[in-house]
Amino acid sequence: MQLETTINGNKIVLDFAGGEFLAETLRRYGYLSVKEGCDTGSCGLCTVWLDGAPVLSCTTLTARMEDHEITTIEALNVEAEEFAQFLVAEGAEQCGFCAPGFTMTVLAMRRELKHPTVESINHYLAGNLCRCSGYKGQMRAIVKYMGVE
Amino acid sequence: MLEIENIIFPANLGEALATVRGIPGSVVLGGCGYLRLGSRKIRTAIDLARLGLDKIVETADTVEIGAMVTLRDVETDALTVGLAGGVLAKSVENIVGVQLRKCVTLGGSVAGRYPFSDPITALMAVDAELLFHGRGVISLQDYLEGKWGRDILVKIIVPKRQWIAAFTSVRKSVTDYAVLNCAVSKSGQDYRVVVGSRPSRALRVTTAENFLRENGLTKKSAVRAGELAAESLQFGDNPRGSGEYRKKICPVLVKRALLEVLDAA
Ligand SMILES: Cc1cc2nc3c(=O)[nH]c(=O)nc-3n(C[C@H](O)[C@H](O)[C@H](O)COP(=O)(O)OP(=O)(O)OC[C@H]3O[C@@H](n4cnc5c(N)ncnc54)[C@H](O)[C@@H]3O)c2cc1C
Ligand code: FES
Ligand code: FES
Repeated sequence: MQLETTINGNKIVLDFAGGEFLAETLRRYGYLSVKEGCDTGSCGLCTVWLDGAPVLSCTTLTARMEDHEITTIEALNVEAEEFAQFLVAEGAEQCGFCAPGFTMTVLAMRRELKHPTVESINHYLAGNLCRCSGYKGQMRAIVKYMGVE
Repeated sequence: MLEIENIIFPANLGEALATVRGIPGSVVLGGCGYLRLGSRKIRTAIDLARLGLDKIVETADTVEIGAMVTLRDVETDALTVGLAGGVLAKSVENIVGVQLRKCVTLGGSVAGRYPFSDPITALMAVDAELLFHGRGVISLQDYLEGKWGRDILVKIIVPKRQWIAAFTSVRKSVTDYAVLNCAVSKSGQDYRVVVGSRPSRALRVTTAENFLRENGLTKKSAVRAGELAAESLQFGDNPRGSGEYRKKICPVLVKRALLEVLDAA
């Protein structure tokens, strides 16, 4: 099948098998920041934005992407770098496999939560799992990044 | 692993219904969240994504939620947040994360009749009805109890009454499936007490509802209604908890939900 969509601001015609999911398509097209972990909707590693909202690309059908805007972390380098400094400062970065999906959720959260609290941050990030960090360092970094008093 | 050979985007609901009834083994796609957990090969998938079923609409007497509305929209839309104290919105807020909720749909949750479902429990407490394209409107309760032919769920209809409602659940971790869930509501002197994920499907507890109707809602009657729920229902074992454990926590969940309603009344 073929369809036209927008990835990171660029219009592109995608070739894909009928029942393909977006994570697989994006990786085939070279967007290797998009990781596949559980592949069943549980871990958040595959998070990308669809029309500005975070979604799981492992659970999103490519066939539905006609005339939509997909964003991967490749388009958000500057913001991602800024957030990464907060993680590094708290020693919260380990193997980094979860980082692209996690960062996509954090950057979406920063846009969406007008008055962030520790509770609302925890709630927003509940769908991102990390095998290494134990979450504490990440949380210290995020609280500072989000400007929570 | 889920394999889909061929996806059809029907132009209208009539075509979708004709396809689901005409092609044996064809499968309607919601958000694909649950379908994706299984390992199956689908020859023909019917995608409803282009039929405009992703709207939440208010009428004079109802709030109507399109089958393709995502759980994230149920959680955040002003109409569902404002409906019956937000009981439906609250029921979905711990389903994994914001990203999964932005993928999976209320229609898929209801059509799938999952016994662990959180939104089904909440919808039962507000007398939700379902519009199917083929068979028309039926109550959610009838849908859960009956055997129905292949059809397309178009929308979920919640009657607007002066509901005061609450949802409670016990989970081993915040985003896990509920060990037990409960929704209660009060509309005048009319009560609903619903318990789901027992681990079998959600049921209304009429003994508790009648007791509340006769005695009114107080701190004391909330305790007794919870006990009646535990006495009336069957509970079973699954990897998340034993039937015995579920029976023990049932009165607590029902009581907590009723006290929330009492506070809000
Ligand atoms: C990791 C994970 C954890 C979850 N945890 C929870 C939880 O804690 N609580 C909870 O309540 N839910 C949970 N769910 C279920 C989730 O909330 C959805 O209910 C579920 O994925 C079904 O919705 P869907 O849109 O993905 O439907 P799909 O998976 O696409 O479809 C589900 C079924 O409904 C049918 N169907 C879909 N739409 C229609 C329609 N309009 N007409 C007729 N038939 C239709 C499909 O053919 C299929 O049989 C979880 C799901 C996942 C993947
Ligand atoms: S790979 Fe998509 S949620 Fe785990
Ligand atoms: S840092 Fe290794 S999985 Fe998160």
